[in-house]
Amino acid sequence: MARIIVVTSGKGGVGKTTTSAAIAMGLAKRGHKTAVIDFDVGLRNLDLIMGCERRVVYDFVNVINGEANLNQALIRDKNCNQLYILPASQTRDKDALNLEGVGRVLEELSKDFKYIVCDSPAGIEKGAYLAMYYADDAFVVTNPEVSSVRDSDRMLGILASKSRRAELNMEPIKEYLLLSRYDSDRVESGEMLSLEDVQEILSLHLLGVIPESKSVLNASNSGIPVILDEKSDAGQAYADVVARYLGEKKPLRFIDSKKGFFRKLFGGK
Amino acid sequence: MNQSSILDFRSATSFVPILVLYSNDMEMISKRLQEKIASAPGFFRNSPVLFDLSELNENDMEIDVAALISRLRQLSLFPVGIRGGDPLQEKQALALAVPVDSGRSRSNPVLPEVQKKDDAVPEFQAVIRDAVHAPAMMITQPVRSGQRVYAASDLVILAQVSAGAEIMAEGNIHIYNTLRGRALAGVQGDIEARLFCLDLQAELVSIAGIYKTIEDLKEISRKKPVQVYLRDQALIIQELS
Repeated sequence: MARIIVVTSGKGGVGKTTTSAAIAMGLAKRGHKTAVIDFDVGLRNLDLIMGCERRVVYDFVNVINGEANLNQALIRDKNCNQLYILPASQTRDKDALNLEGVGRVLEELSKDFKYIVCDSPAGIEKGAYLAMYYADDAFVVTNPEVSSVRDSDRMLGILASKSRRAELNMEPIKEYLLLSRYDSDRVESGEMLSLEDVQEILSLHLLGVIPESKSVLNASNSGIPVILDEKSDAGQAYADVVARYLGEKKPLRFIDSKKGFFRKLFGGK
Repeated sequence: MNQSSILDFRSATSFVPILVLYSNDMEMISKRLQEKIASAPGFFRNSPVLFDLSELNENDMEIDVAALISRLRQLSLFPVGIRGGDPLQEKQALALAVPVDSGRSRSNPVLPEVQKKDDAVPEFQAVIRDAVHAPAMMITQPVRSGQRVYAASDLVILAQVSAGAEIMAEGNIHIYNTLRGRALAGVQGDIEARLFCLDLQAELVSIAGIYKTIEDLKEISRKKPVQVYLRDQALIIQELS
């Protein structure tokens, strides 16, 4: 039985798709057969981040409507043969998805895959609802600023009350915090909320802090998930996230300001 | 802006005549009632009435509740409650939109197990206020932004209440964590209701409709346990030492 992970946030532009691509790749790289699904019908981006936009023939909506079967629509990643992408349709909108159809696709994927990563669209409407409904785990991606934190909090309320697990009175969705675009210098100067501030408001299990990094944009532009850029801070941070999710203990990195960081590196400890 | 200007729940005591029945003879009841009404038509016409069946049930005298209610209505009375009925009688009354006066219901002491099974009864009983005996609602999970909680009793929350969340209780509210959302105690008008929390960072607090917003709460020291209560129509926020 697969574990279904939703990557969600409420707010847009916080790094959901980057995160979905990175953790799906991270899980697959460790040998777990993983599928990543783009739920952002009409505004699909995951295929670009994964670098498979030219290989999209059939999409998620085709599968739901029975116009294609799963194997036709799934795209095998060029960097990792354990990773498959199910792209969204760019020509449709969220209403093309329905609860029953999504459930059917996830069930079919579950037979074959170890992890299914659902890349949620922004907002709390249908697309986001369908992306989280069947989830077992939720990665809540939050930026260190108040509106993102508020939206994440709203999303957490929805996870706790409107998911399948909530409706069937099952064990609730496991919620994890992923603090992204963290700029420790700006945190230090008070322009951004600190990790402690965010944790005080959300009080969630922290999976990791992803530093604001040029490598993320570079990775998106070249269509290679940032986790494969092992030299970059963001890539390493995502690798830590995947390790922690799989139960390994990793010390938190990238939360001290740059000065402190280098002092730690070179000043020794 | 001001949501409270649309409607308000207030608690009040009003006087309703109670019709105590000693006979189950519908014709006799009808006759006596007509005589009573004729003696003071201004008083009885369209008057609410609560009927009490405890004397009948004490003496095992059966009565057709549905027939009684329709008879009362024919006589231009408005039955607004049944008291001292057994579960079956209460159910019949509820079916005709006559609620149960739960405080003195016969079914409570005599047949508690029947009462529990009957899920139609408690729903309607909520209409009649019985806050003193209602068990507190307990919440152990965080109340997140956008979520709402309503307790027809006291409300106890062990986790945080986020900004953008709204919690309401007819009785007191206890929050053993940080309150950042809106909290309204005594929403049915109970001016004795109080609110307690360990860290008050609320957007709004209200007791019985009298409220303060975050602007008025600025001077309150954070991270200190406080209580909020009403004194002479004024909201008092006091640190608990």
